[in-house]
Amino acid sequence: MRNRAEKLVESLFTISGFVTSIVIVLVVVFLFSGGVHLFRSPSIEHGYVVAVNADNPIDRLSPAELKSIFDYEQTNWQQFGGADEEILVFRLNDITNYFSEEDLGENFEFVSERISQLISENQGIIAFIPQEYAGENFSGKEIDGGTISLSEVFGGKEWLPTATPAPLFGLLPLITGTLWVSFFAILIALPFGLSVSIFMSEVASERVRGILKPVIELLSGIPSVVYGFFGLVVVVPLVQQIFNLDVGETGLTGSLILAIMALPTIITVSEDAMRNCPRAMREASLSLGANRWQTTYKVVIPYSISGITSGVVLGIGRAMGETMAVLMVTGNSAVIPHTILQPLRTIPATIAAELGEVSSGSPHYQALFVLGIILFVITFAINMCVASISAKHKNS
Amino acid sequence: MDDTIQYELKKNLTQKVAFGAVTLFSVAIVGILVVILSFIIIKGVGVINWEFLSTAPTDGMTKGGIFPAIVGTFYLILGSALFAFPVGIMSGIYMNEYAPKGFVLRFIRTMTNNLSGIPSIVFGLFGMAFFVKQLNFGTSIVAGSLTLGLLCLPLIIRTTEEALKAIPDSYREGSRALGATKLQTLFRVILPMGMPNIVTGLILSVGRVSGETAPILFTCAAFFLPQLPTGIFDQVMALPYHLYVIATSGGDLEAQRPIAYGTALVLIILVLLINLLATVVRRYFAKKLK
Amino acid sequence: MNMIEVENINFYYGDFHALKNISMEIEHHSVVAFIGPSGCGKSTLLRLFNRMNDLIPNIRLEGKICIDGQDIYKKGMAVDSLRKNVGMVFQRPNPFPKTIFENVAYGLRVNGVRNEKFIAQRVEESLRDAALWSEVKDKLKKSAFELSGGQQQRLCIARALAVQPTVLLMDEPASALDPISTSKIEELIHELKPHYTIVIVTHNMQQAARVSDKTAFFYLGEMVEFSDTKKMFLNPEKVQTQNYITGRFG
Repeated sequence: MRNRAEKLVESLFTISGFVTSIVIVLVVVFLFSGGVHLFRSPSIEHGYVVAVNADNPIDRLSPAELKSIFDYEQTNWQQFGGADEEILVFRLNDITNYFSEEDLGENFEFVSERISQLISENQGIIAFIPQEYAGENFSGKEIDGGTISLSEVFGGKEWLPTATPAPLFGLLPLITGTLWVSFFAILIALPFGLSVSIFMSEVASERVRGILKPVIELLSGIPSVVYGFFGLVVVVPLVQQIFNLDVGETGLTGSLILAIMALPTIITVSEDAMRNCPRAMREASLSLGANRWQTTYKVVIPYSISGITSGVVLGIGRAMGETMAVLMVTGNSAVIPHTILQPLRTIPATIAAELGEVSSGSPHYQALFVLGIILFVITFAINMCVASISAKHKNS
Repeated sequence: MDDTIQYELKKNLTQKVAFGAVTLFSVAIVGILVVILSFIIIKGVGVINWEFLSTAPTDGMTKGGIFPAIVGTFYLILGSALFAFPVGIMSGIYMNEYAPKGFVLRFIRTMTNNLSGIPSIVFGLFGMAFFVKQLNFGTSIVAGSLTLGLLCLPLIIRTTEEALKAIPDSYREGSRALGATKLQTLFRVILPMGMPNIVTGLILSVGRVSGETAPILFTCAAFFLPQLPTGIFDQVMALPYHLYVIATSGGDLEAQRPIAYGTALVLIILVLLINLLATVVRRYFAKKLK
Repeated sequence: MNMIEVENINFYYGDFHALKNISMEIEHHSVVAFIGPSGCGKSTLLRLFNRMNDLIPNIRLEGKICIDGQDIYKKGMAVDSLRKNVGMVFQRPNPFPKTIFENVAYGLRVNGVRNEKFIAQRVEESLRDAALWSEVKDKLKKSAFELSGGQQQRLCIARALAVQPTVLLMDEPASALDPISTSKIEELIHELKPHYTIVIVTHNMQQAARVSDKTAFFYLGEMVEFSDTKKMFLNPEKVQTQNYITGRFG
């Protein structure tokens, strides 16, 4: 009896032991199943068609081309290899410009017919209309928008997930935004964090260290939304004033806040590494006439470099994945930044800002899961990298 | 000889400058914390009173209190603790006491580290896809609590494992030598000894849970609820999400500001209390063991 | 004048009285061995000679230690130059995670030597003096960790010699080594003796007898006896010394 109870408890332990591995597998499965169909979805919005005059030689248009047409950036079919014909853009709500209410019928029963008529009458027309109006006797030719392609997503420079007729899911603005903010955050945090860890491990007395330790724990304990709020009410106006900008919500603002948030990680890990430098190393250096600073930078830092690197890499991971604070202070405009003093938008912030508004299973929803996959892969890679650094260090 | 003396001087000067600089940075980091804390305390302290803590928001979030958000955060802490405490501790026990050393242990440890490195927004995504949609919990306290529970799991596992690792094997052998089974040894000797550190880890994980926003955005958090939740499948308001909402959206940002300061202060106080509690527990048990 | 003069020192770690009323004189170019059971204070005294104990919090020293006529604990003493003058070899080989060459060059570099030619020359001389040159001359650019334990310890000796100290402190330099490496180190001590004043702490009484001119026996923080090595081992004055060297305790 007792034996069986023990067995039961022990198997519970075993199951719990693997729970993190199971969760990782589940995360992978559900992120991928959420995002995997993106590249099979048609690029033209679901339930709509884009149609042209039947004589128009154009059969296919990419989402970017569609966008340029519907934004009136391209106005002639020649640009796309067609006839020298002015492009006439037609959206459903333009219909009243062409027909009276009587033409359309009391219950809009003639809309389909009228659209068909309009398309056949205009050589240069391109129409974005609900699928139901492109029924059996439809005179126009449907444009094949293709499916959302890998190169458009990973090489696309525009993130316009709600654009019609074809949303654009170019990730470059979000990826560069994330990289810029994290890069500058680490640039700020690195000298800061390294200095503090040197101070704590090499200079401070035990008492002073006893004061700094909880300070750093508190810094890491402050919720990111509080950092974001602090950034919003203090750092944003400050940045705006100092750099004389129209808006204070910039990449730099995000970097400053992220730097503070990444500091505890960098400091704890690298201080730990430096304190692990054996006393014998320090003594050997001092006994040769080196002073404490020379010992620090010629012996302690080289000795603990792998630990310091781990700390910095983990700090980068922390910065890249941070959501709320960045969401609140970077301005969130999805364009490729040219300077750090410009609003930009990161991957996590995009997910947080947009997931609430999308319908489940839509290409936009799937694109957000693709963003999640990217984040997951990056942080997974970072962790594996840190693990291999420390394993290597243990071996040598 | 002159050269040597000169170099000595230069060497000492460099050391003074370098150590001065690192000291300065360290003072600055204390300064940063002081500035953040005192800013929020000064701005928020006037807002907090009994009414603020005990009533619901009114007038489109520009007046009233944050009671439902406090209750919601409390529910989420409770829910995630119910899931993550036992699972995390058992996992830590498995890793230190049962798992075969070598590949299995390395694998589990790597996975645990990976889990702790996953950004909180990805937990939010996963929580929505798995708990909300797949398991059909809907946006609810259960879904939110479980998501938060997964998030703090690695912290609990790691502190449990470290706490158990610190206990010398001689205790285990001593107990086994007296005829106790492995499980009896665990419950009578090992766990009580490791408890202080485990409890500290649990408290810190509560701190983590109470401040997270991204994981609950899509799994349970509600913008505004007129009444408190009645069951575990209801949505809730939560302090961090509430702060995010009133700081960034709403009809009248200016009028919402005081409430935002108050909410931020409540969050900060919560974090301070939790950290303090963790320290007290650590010290208390450390003394007792001596 | 003597190389090292210790006048009436008392040393405390916090409340613990680690060295009691010790006075001694060590002559130029002699080898002095410190022996005694663990915790008797012999290493503590050795580490006072290059102020290595400064790193430990809560320590207190009374009395005076002069090296080369200089009170090394006086205010304004340049500790770095003292340590340059008083080299040290530690219990376990502790080479830096650098190349063999850079290990030996380290002391020169941190003391401001820039002339690479001079550095290369000193590295070779030091490695020769440490009887290691022939073994490592082809792999100076290799990591010091690739050497065997005995070679590493001789590298550490070369590293200490490179800055041309006048005193060499050795804290049980052979305790972590095999017998062959140990005898190499002992041989080395003999060869170094004409140029350096050497103080060696050892657990091994045969070693003390083999290498030293004078021996000091410590017990519970006191210096029980300090005399010529031969006399100490053949005809000790004190009963405690007798007991220790005949292996009755310790």
